Amino acid sequence: MLRGWVIVAVSFAYLGVLFAIAHWGDRRAEAGRSVIANPWIYSLSLAVYCTTWTFYGSVGRAASSGIGFLPVYLGPTLAAALWWYAMRKIIRISHAYRITSIADFVASRYGKSQLLGGLVTIIAVLGVIPYISLQLKAISGSFAILLHYPEIVMPAQAVAHHAFQDSALYIAMILAAFTILFGTRHLDATERHEGLVAAIAFESVVKLLAFLVVGAFVTFGIYQGFGDIFRKAQEVARLRPLLEVGSAGAGYGTWAFLTVLSMLSVMFLPRQFQIAVVENVDENHLAKAIWLFPLYLLLINVFVLPVALGGLMLFPAGVDADTFVLTVPMSQHRQELALFAFIGGLSAGTGMVIVETIALSTMVCNDLVMPVLLRLRWLRLNERQDVSRLLVNIRRLAITAILLLGYAYFRIAGEAYALVAIGLISFAAVAQFAPAILGGIFWRSGTRAGAMAGLLSGFAVWCYTLLLPSFARSGWLPHSFLEEGPLGIWLLRPHQLFGFTGLDDISHGLFWSMLANCAAYVGVSIARRPGVAEASQASLFVDVLRHTQSPERPPYWRGSASVEDLLALTGRFLGPERAQEAFLALARRRGREAVAELRPDAELVHFAETQLAGAIGGASARVLVSSVVQEEPPGLDEVMDILDEASQVRAYSRQLEQQSRELREATAELRAANARLQELDRLKDDFISNVTHELRTPLTAIRALSEILHDDPRTRLEDRRRFLGVIVKEAERLTRLINQTLDLAKIESGSAEWHTSELDVAEVVREAAEATSQLFRDRGARLSLRLAEGLPRVRADRDRLMQVLVNLLSNAVKFCAPERGLVEIRLAERGAELRVEVQDDGPGVAPPDRETIFERFRQAGETLTGKPRGTGLGLPISRRIVEHFGGRLWLEERAGPGATFCFSLPVASPGRAGATTMVTARGG
Amino acid sequence: MKRSGMTGERLVATFLLGCVLLNYPVLFLFARRVTVAGIPLVYVYLFGVWTLLIAILALVVERKRS
Repeated sequence: MLRGWVIVAVSFAYLGVLFAIAHWGDRRAEAGRSVIANPWIYSLSLAVYCTTWTFYGSVGRAASSGIGFLPVYLGPTLAAALWWYAMRKIIRISHAYRITSIADFVASRYGKSQLLGGLVTIIAVLGVIPYISLQLKAISGSFAILLHYPEIVMPAQAVAHHAFQDSALYIAMILAAFTILFGTRHLDATERHEGLVAAIAFESVVKLLAFLVVGAFVTFGIYQGFGDIFRKAQEVARLRPLLEVGSAGAGYGTWAFLTVLSMLSVMFLPRQFQIAVVENVDENHLAKAIWLFPLYLLLINVFVLPVALGGLMLFPAGVDADTFVLTVPMSQHRQELALFAFIGGLSAGTGMVIVETIALSTMVCNDLVMPVLLRLRWLRLNERQDVSRLLVNIRRLAITAILLLGYAYFRIAGEAYALVAIGLISFAAVAQFAPAILGGIFWRSGTRAGAMAGLLSGFAVWCYTLLLPSFARSGWLPHSFLEEGPLGIWLLRPHQLFGFTGLDDISHGLFWSMLANCAAYVGVSIARRPGVAEASQASLFVDVLRHTQSPERPPYWRGSASVEDLLALTGRFLGPERAQEAFLALARRRGREAVAELRPDAELVHFAETQLAGAIGGASARVLVSSVVQEEPPGLDEVMDILDEASQVRAYSRQLEQQSRELREATAELRAANARLQELDRLKDDFISNVTHELRTPLTAIRALSEILHDDPRTRLEDRRRFLGVIVKEAERLTRLINQTLDLAKIESGSAEWHTSELDVAEVVREAAEATSQLFRDRGARLSLRLAEGLPRVRADRDRLMQVLVNLLSNAVKFCAPERGLVEIRLAERGAELRVEVQDDGPGVAPPDRETIFERFRQAGETLTGKPRGTGLGLPISRRIVEHFGGRLWLEERAGPGATFCFSLPVASPGRAGATTMVTARGG
Repeated sequence: MKRSGMTGERLVATFLLGCVLLNYPVLFLFARRVTVAGIPLVYVYLFGVWTLLIAILALVVERKRS
């Protein structure tokens, strides 16, 4: 005999264990040693998908439709295979932008629209609250059945309770307390509840074990294995249809529709989103869940049909198949087993209710209540320094309200069809989110208006084809609504819309609602271009796998903000300490010591916004942040970039073109440089061969004469002296040659030393004349100086200038007429430069040689045959020196005998050397 | 994730395989009044395919971790 107090005590003990696990999980999380940070726990917690609707309901469904219960679990298996692309992306997006609910996700994707967030919340609440009622009903029903042990009495026939004697109310209250305790302990920017997830994973283990034990008991305890049950069932005529798929057509159509429906709902039920996305610790955990979660579903379904068949064979009509999991053990007087089954059902129900309530309360708070509060009572909220407590209290209130609403619906609907059929109807409601979400993460052009139109029309059709008919069947609407259509319009009958027959109600409703939803979403989206905010968010969501390389950088933002404002704002909603901590952590990541050192840039604004988004949802966070930040709308270029993929392609090709042009230019430059190098190489070779040639000439002479002196001791003294004189002269020439070669090399390589100063050129000319006077005397030539007075100074190196003058003078004296030659040197000012002319009366320079004499080792005339009269380096060096001072050196073209070498030097400054008289002198 | 770049494609292929095997008309081929060790063929088939799909998923996901 199972007494009531035993059941209650065991139930409370079970709930106590849950409390303990949740508490332990939270403690571990605070200590930084997360218990849920592994893929096994994650996969188990995903099994919150299996509610009492699975635990008790699957058997009921199997008892009426055979294997028809399976698509609801095959769908998630197939969907799991697609998680790699879809779910991983959703998780990545949600983690990057701190998205904490499905409403927040949709709102954020479509330009942080509060209206969309509110709409999604309303759909979710309307669709899911009856589902919560169903859990309360299942738990209280199973309690009532167990209470009558060993009699098997259906809850409908049980005593009608007064509300305060109703176990469902107390269950709802206990669950509310549990949810508030572990779901809203504090406001976290990530909205994660580690302890809760640990408890949910534990519940998943319990319900699986309970079902497997009951299933194994029925299959192997009452019967002799699977084969035995099926063989015995075959013998019962009324059970035979359960072992077939059903007649082709409708049967397979329903099968496919249910598969699709469950594929969508396993991703978009608020509790699945909460567990799979929001509570996900590491997206890598998803990989193992892809096969572990389907495996869980497989295991929990293996015994469904055997239990259903066993129950149907054991009981006469009148025992609800939904209760077989409990009643079959009871009928065999296995009270421990029945109690365990009850606990399994309790775990399935509580797990669902807790997670669903948290998910809904987050949505209600962030996307329904806060936007309204911020709008209506903005000023009063603004005065508060810390709104975080208010937020937590709103959540708690929402949790209580949701559970009470669930209970109220259970009291009102009771045994009505509206409650019994709600499982799949609820699935169909959340399936309406699919186009907006899946479209939102893969399709760039989905717009806010499109999502709104899609959700509204899908929801409207869902109400009309599924919700209202369920009300009609419960007797809350006239039955003629179903039979004859509203106002007798036959074509609008909600279960045969537009005369469409051949599908069951759920498939029919799903077909029309999804058709309306998708058509409106796509149609409206492509009719109009998205706005700036939408396009920016679309790009963030669709390209999340690219953007999250640097997750804290918002791509398109311009404006100005202050760190204090942002910190204060975040503090109001997260609590000042938490906000301070978060900002400090950010500062540390950026290598700063204090929060004040943070730069108020786009990244900081984005950071604050994501922090807030975690607490109050993306849409509200946007509104709040823009209230303290001056933002400029993105420029036209940015908008165009976002809007047009084509413009990106254009940008790429432009870039490519530019690169190839640069490449071409670089190639040309390289080719020119290479040519120059080759030229230089050739010049160097020429130079070296010239130098060696020039060196060889004096060396040959020295060597020949030295050999004569060495080999022939009888050489006459006179000859010896002459030979030695030649040797000395040639050696001097050699020295000069080497010195000049080095000198030229130095000047050309730029390593020569220059001692530039302002100097009087006339003075240098006089010195040069002095220095070469001996040469003139030796040749019997005369030097005449015609120097203008009071010339401006020039900037030059005195010694180098001297070198040039001496070189020119010695050349002149070399080539002037023998015996009575005349060399004239003139100095005058010409415009902004001084000009020096050195004229001789020699043979002059032949026209072909006029330029070549300035090249290295080139001398006028035939150097090979004629006796060389210089090194061939004097003029090149002189020209380089003059050019270094910014002047020119050239050979004046003029008629008559003699050559005139001129060079000019730029005047340094206005200052003048002496008197201002200017004498212009021209040679004739 | 340190997995082969092919993982996504393999998973989608598994999904498509499952869609084909678990729906009309392939499913119809097994919906006969034939039993395997007393168990209806379609029941054995469905759970067999289900197990197979899970095995493939596990294989694909756990395969490359080098």
